[in-house]
Formats: sequence, C-alpha cells, structure tokens
Amino acid sequence: MEIKKPAMAGTLESSDAQVTVEPGNGKIELSLESSVMNQYGRQIKDTVLETLDRLGVTSARVTMVDKGALDCTIKARVECAVFRSCDASESNIPWGGAIK
Amino acid sequence: MIPRPRPERFRLRRTMMFMNAQKPGLIKDAYIYGCDSIMLDLEDAVAENQKDAARFSLYHALKTIDYGDTEVIVRINGLDTPHWQEDIRVCVAGGADGIRIAKCESAKDVLTVEAAVEKAEEEFGVEKGRTLLMAALESPKGILNAYEICAASSRMFGVAISGGDFRKCMQTTPQRDGIDMVTARGLMLIAARAAGVQCFDTVFTNLDDNEGFEAEVRQNKAMGFDGKSLINPKQIRLVHQLFAPTEKEVIQAEKIVRAVRENAAKGLGVFTVDGKMIDIAFLPGAERTLRLARACGMYEGDLV
Amino acid sequence: MINKVGRDIPDYLLKDGKEVYQGKNYMDGKYIQKASPKTRRYETPQESKVAESIVKALKDCGAKSGMTFSFHHHLRDGDFVVNMVMKAAIEELGLDNLTIAATSLGSAHDPIAEYIEQGKVVGIQTSGIRGKMGEVVSAGKLKTPAIIRSHGGRPRAIEGGEVHIDIAFIAAPTSDCVGNCRGIGGKSNCGSMGYAMTDAKYADHVVVITDCLVDFPNMPASVEAIDVDAVVVVDSIGNPKKIASAAARISQNPRDLMMAEDVARVIASTPYFKEGFSFQTGVGGPSLAANLFLEKYMDERNIKMGWAIGGICGPMVELLKKGKVGKVIDVQDFDLDAVNSINQTPNHFEMSASQYANPANKGAFVNKLDFVVLAALEIDTGFNVNVLTGSDGVLRGAPGGHPDTAAGSKCCIIVTPLIRGRMATVCEHVVTVTTPGDCVDVLVTDYGIAVNPLRKDLIECLDNAGIKHVTIEELKNKAYSLVGRPDDLEWEDKVVAVLEARDGTILDVVKKIKPYKI
Repeated sequence: MEIKKPAMAGTLESSDAQVTVEPGNGKIELSLESSVMNQYGRQIKDTVLETLDRLGVTSARVTMVDKGALDCTIKARVECAVFRSCDASESNIPWGGAIK
Repeated sequence: MIPRPRPERFRLRRTMMFMNAQKPGLIKDAYIYGCDSIMLDLEDAVAENQKDAARFSLYHALKTIDYGDTEVIVRINGLDTPHWQEDIRVCVAGGADGIRIAKCESAKDVLTVEAAVEKAEEEFGVEKGRTLLMAALESPKGILNAYEICAASSRMFGVAISGGDFRKCMQTTPQRDGIDMVTARGLMLIAARAAGVQCFDTVFTNLDDNEGFEAEVRQNKAMGFDGKSLINPKQIRLVHQLFAPTEKEVIQAEKIVRAVRENAAKGLGVFTVDGKMIDIAFLPGAERTLRLARACGMYEGDLV
Repeated sequence: MINKVGRDIPDYLLKDGKEVYQGKNYMDGKYIQKASPKTRRYETPQESKVAESIVKALKDCGAKSGMTFSFHHHLRDGDFVVNMVMKAAIEELGLDNLTIAATSLGSAHDPIAEYIEQGKVVGIQTSGIRGKMGEVVSAGKLKTPAIIRSHGGRPRAIEGGEVHIDIAFIAAPTSDCVGNCRGIGGKSNCGSMGYAMTDAKYADHVVVITDCLVDFPNMPASVEAIDVDAVVVVDSIGNPKKIASAAARISQNPRDLMMAEDVARVIASTPYFKEGFSFQTGVGGPSLAANLFLEKYMDERNIKMGWAIGGICGPMVELLKKGKVGKVIDVQDFDLDAVNSINQTPNHFEMSASQYANPANKGAFVNKLDFVVLAALEIDTGFNVNVLTGSDGVLRGAPGGHPDTAAGSKCCIIVTPLIRGRMATVCEHVVTVTTPGDCVDVLVTDYGIAVNPLRKDLIECLDNAGIKHVTIEELKNKAYSLVGRPDDLEWEDKVVAVLEARDGTILDVVKKIKPYKI
C-alpha cells in the first residue's frame, strides 16, 4: 500500500500505542518511543516492520509512542493508521489476508 | 492464533459483560473475572470516528487472546448505520462465537444479518452456521415482534432487552420495583420460551446502588431469565450467587435425573421421587439445575 | 561472590567485615557493639534553643565538609526540609563532600540531583530513591554507590555504628523552644514520627526544624528535648497536601478487588487466622482492599484482630474504632484519618523504626506478625521480590519495610497483577532482589495464586480450603505468553547502588544501565 497522506491511530492510554504514518521517501523510517524500551524495544520494532511489510508498505515515516501495548494492539494500530492514510479503513478490509 | 471450539447454541449464560472493543487494556483479559460471556462492543462504547480502529483491535484480540471457556460475543452497530456489514465481516473472520444484533425490530432484521453472516462465512472459509446470533430488543416494536425474532433463525440462541432505549420510548425511567419494564420483560420471556431460546435482562447502571442491583437480579431470577447483561466485573459475583440453585434443589435434581434414567431403562414413564409424581418432562429442568450447580462449584458428579 | 539469592556481588565491596547474603536469620545470636554519639553538654540552663536560621544552627553544630546529615521521610512528597538544609549547607556555607542519610527520598527531592551532579553530595543512604535523584544515581553520577536499606536495616546500621550521623535534621510539625517534637498540632501534620527516633538518639547533633512553635512542654513528645541541640523555625516545612492524603480510599478497581478477596481467602485458610491474630498491609490498591474482605471473614468466624502495625491509614483506624482490632502500633501515617487518630484514639500508639523492624534488636514488632500483605514491582520464580528498580533498571522505588515484615511474619503474601501494561510482574529473574524469596510465602495475582514450595504447610491449608493454586512457573509462563519474553537488561560494570539485606549482608547491587539501541 502507498501512504498517501498523514494518518494516525491509537491513543496514549496505558496498554495502547499511538501510531502516525506519513508519506516517506523510498524507505521506512521508524521513530519509536516506548515505556518498555529496554525490555521490548527490539520486539516492538520487529512487529511494526513485519506489519508494514505484510501491508506492502515500503515508503513511510512512522512514529510510534508506545505505552506498554501488547503485540496484537501494536499491529492493530499500525494497520489502522496505514488504511486510514489510504482512506480505506472503513470497509472491505482483507481480514485474514494482509491483516493477520 | 487461538482456535476456538464450535460455539454451543445453548450453554450457561448467567452473565454477559460489556467491554469496549477499542480499549486494549480492558479486552486483553476480561475473562479473568469469570463471567460466562464477554460482549465486545463495537456500538455505543465506540465513538463514531473510531469504528474502524475498533475493528482492527477486535480482530487481533479475537485471533490472539485465549479466552478459554468464556464465550465471546460482539455487539455490532445497528442496521441503520454504515458500519454493520464490516462489523459482521470482522466478527466472522476473527471467529467470534456470536453476534448481538442491536436495535432488532423484526424477523427481517435477523434474516438480513444472517445473510451477511453466511456470506462472510463463505468469504473467510468459516464453517457454515458456526456464528451464533442473538438480538437486542430496544423498542416497543421489537418487544411486540419478539416471537418472530426469536424464531427467525436456527442461529438464534437468545434475546435481550436493552433498557436504556426502551424506557425512553416508553416515556419512563428505572423504577425501584421494576414496574417500568415488567410488561416488556414478561412479553419477551414468553416469546423466548415459546421459541425455545434464552432470555437476558438489561444492564443495571448505578454501580453504587448495591441494594437496587440485588433486588433487580432477584426479580430477574424469579421471572425466569437465563442471565443478565453487566457493565462492570464487580457485578458478576452477585449474579452468580443469586442464580445458583439451593443445595436442596441440587439434591432433588440429582435424584430426578437418576430416577428418570433408571426407570426409562425399565420402561416406566411415570414414577415418584420423595413422594412426588415425576415424569420425563422434569428431566430438562433437572439437568439444567445440575449444569448450573456445576458452574457454581456445587456439583461434581457425572450426571451432566 | 555469588550469594544465597544467586546474585554476583563484586569482591571489592566485601571489606571491613561485609558479607554477602547467606539466608534468612543468618546473624541470629551474634553480638553487636552499639555505637554511641558524641554529644555536647548543656549544663547552664537555657531559656530557648531557637536558632535564627538553618545556617546558624549548622554553624553551632560544627557543620563541615565531609559530614553525614540525616533526615526522615514523614513529610513524604510534601517535604521541604531536605532541600532547605542542603541548600543552606552547600550554597550558603559552601560545604561539599556531603552524605545524605535519609529514611527515604522521593521526587520532592529532585533539586538534590543537581548537587549530586556537581559532586557536592557524594553519598546517599536511604530506603527509597525516586525521580531525578534515582535517574542521576542510576546514571553513575554519585561519587560512591548509594546504599539502600530497609526500614529495619537502617536503625540496625545506625545502632551498630555502620552509619555515623553527624547532624540529624528533624522536620517537626510542632516543637517547643527546646525541641520537644510532635507530629500533630501544627499546619503540616504527619502523625507518627517513628522514623526520626533512632536518628535523634544516635546523631552527634540534632537540629529540629519546625513551622509551628508551641508552648513548652510539647507533650507527649515523639523526639525529646534531651537529644536536641537547636530548634529552627521556618515558614513552612512541607506541603500538607502531599504529606498525607485526605483519606486513603479503598480501590474500586475490579481487578484489585478480585485479588484482595483472594488474599483474604488465603489468610482465612491458615491456622494463624484466629482470635487475636496480627496483621500488616501496604497501602497499594489490592493490599489495602484486603482489609475490607478480611473484615467479612472476621465477622463470619466471630474473631477479632489482636493488633496491627505499619504505615497506617483510615481503613485500619476505622477497624480500631469499631473494636475489631485490639491495638494499632504505628510507625508512620498515610492519611489524615490516621494522623488525627494517633495518640488520640485509645489503643493507637506510636513506635520507632527500630521497634518496628530492626532485625538486630531484641524484639521488633515485625517478628510477632502473623500476616503481612505486600505489593511488588516484580517477583521471580524463586519468589524473590523487587520493589526498587523499574523494568528499565533505573532506581525508582523503596524496599521500605518490605524485607523486614516478609522475614518476620509467619505468612507473607505478595499481591500484584500478573502484568502491568507490557511488563511481566511475575518473571524469570527480577532486576534487583530487594526481598529474598525465602521470606515470601504466597503470591496472589489476577491470574492465579502460587505458594512457595518451601511452605508445604500452607499448600495444605489452601488445598483443604479448596483454594486453587498453581506453580509460580505457570504464572510466569502465562505472563510471558501475554507480553513476550523480555530482553535481558544490559549493564555496565559500575555499581551505582548497593542493596543491603536487613541483616547488613549484601543482597544485590544495581549497576549502571547501558544505553539501549534498537
């Protein structure tokens, strides 16, 4: 998917993560802030990158502020932000396909 | 991914606890409180501009979290909104046990949802008929059409009344003795029993009013409800306590089940237990009591 | 050298008779030589000891660089006194090389972080360390490793001469002109002054700092004039709003309530739950809520609690007033209900930190405890508890009375949610061991209960009562299945804090954390 415009999903509540995606310049630039950075920073980064990869996003600036979200929440927030940026978040989501 | 067993149409549903599907902190482990069913809410609890985010969140929760024996139902948005079709797709794809149809007013509403569910089951390769349905009756019309709603589909396991909207339609407010909804509750119960489905009462929203809550749950049980919708985990214990059978009822039920089975083997249809005339018609009730007793930790035998 | 809880203690720390932790009650029966302070005689009758300023009092007490100043933490996050004294000593008198020996330190003391960075404060000895101070110490900015002790370990170290206090500064809600102090009757009330008592007896000099001078004699005094050199009157010793909350409320969080109920069930299943039992609980959500459910079991079985100790707050005072507890003995007060009750409600008494928890004296209250209910930041599969360092390895907590009550009580129950956000509370290895696993008996979480296998008797109690329990490994596995296995923290060699067990042996060290890169 192509990131067409800036979009955001998620909140700054505990156990949640706020993800912002913006159009990139040919690569993925990830900026990550997390309340559990020392113990989970690498795993969080992997989850974000895998999710973007599954969605076929190859160019984006991604900012994530994590408040201790579980992986399932991180995925959901990244996916929602990407679909929102393409105005495609409301219907015909590929559940079980690109979303898994 | 956590594979969930095929949902049971008729199972114990004393407590159905509402949870905002959009709150990761809440849905990650709502089962620990021991309610029979969790009701993940895509409707009222989720703001209009977060319906999409809630679905992503719901999908991964359904796929990732091990809810164990707790039933997982999703309340979808009303048929008068642009959201319900995608809601159904995500429920079916994620493997929810059942769907609660909001603001249901007719058998046609049930059939509309059923058709969409069937289409989604096909799309996502889910066993046809797996996804159960229940209907929330929120209007006078819904109550008056309760029987046709209950009987509309073999997927239907029950109906619930939704007090907030219903009372507004009826120009009333919650009353201490329940007089405001007694007719509606009664009509719905009769319809549910006639159609052979379960029946659930509405939520009690004043968390500080323990007395009022207890009175309402007692009335629910006396009227014959199967269970109640809840808004807070701390309401679970009381409902389970009050819905539990007495020790005497458990002993009686055990005797009846044994006697029916033994006498059936001998070819006897009518007999006495403790001087009371008993026949096969007593069996379902006695078995229900034992199942309830088991769920309450009061029965460890092997009759059910 | 590897100690009894499996922690590697650098050999260079094991000098002057310092040993590594060897297990519970290792020092039993050994003798200590008590220290005695060198104090000044005041033979000529004095009308008043009031000094015009902190600087004047410091000068009168011979303050100089390299000294150790002590403070108590009864004013908690509302405290102004530590900052006030250190500012006078460093900025007005130009002292440096100072050590702060406090019963606890919190975010109220953020300004001290600056003095640590400047090298003016070179030593910290405390139970708690949080906020900016925790950060700068964790970053290795303090010249010597901070020494962390429990509330009982501190009076032990003072009485045994391991800590020599040159000047004790005692923040007092009320004092008379010669230094009889009380924790009530003023505008910044804190109730009990239990943590100040040992300092007053063992410091060479004692300076009382108050914002409410009252008529002589201020009785019954928590700190007595016979130990006081000077009294300084200031505008305000603290922010009352942050000293004691209006009332500690029992949590309404369903998760807390569920765990609290399980705690009460566990307590009621043991043989110690009988007429006259003794009890201490923390003020955290589920710990405090345990009071509520315990009362139900007490009523059901028609028994009363003999006595309760600890930090006290409203719900316990309420039980005392209802006659459900015989006596409350109080080392500190957490809310105004408790502050207003101490020495007022019959059978609500004050005690010193030594009397409360010192393992080296001849009869601390903790040793008579039946039950203690405590929280944890982390607990590992060896039942070792961490209440000091965060998941990032930074100092942000306090052992407090945790290790003392755990070791002294017959049944120590830890109550904590299995995970907090993405942090696994039940884990393979805690970041820092603050309470050794051989002192912890039962763990209650929202996902189940585990009993320390050392306590076969308690396992039987739970089984008999039909209370389900699992192994702590199962709880750890459940936690990791939810949040993923955490990466190990990466440390540098530099030790930034030494954690003493309550008996004075070294339980663990905290090292400087390596910057994390993803």
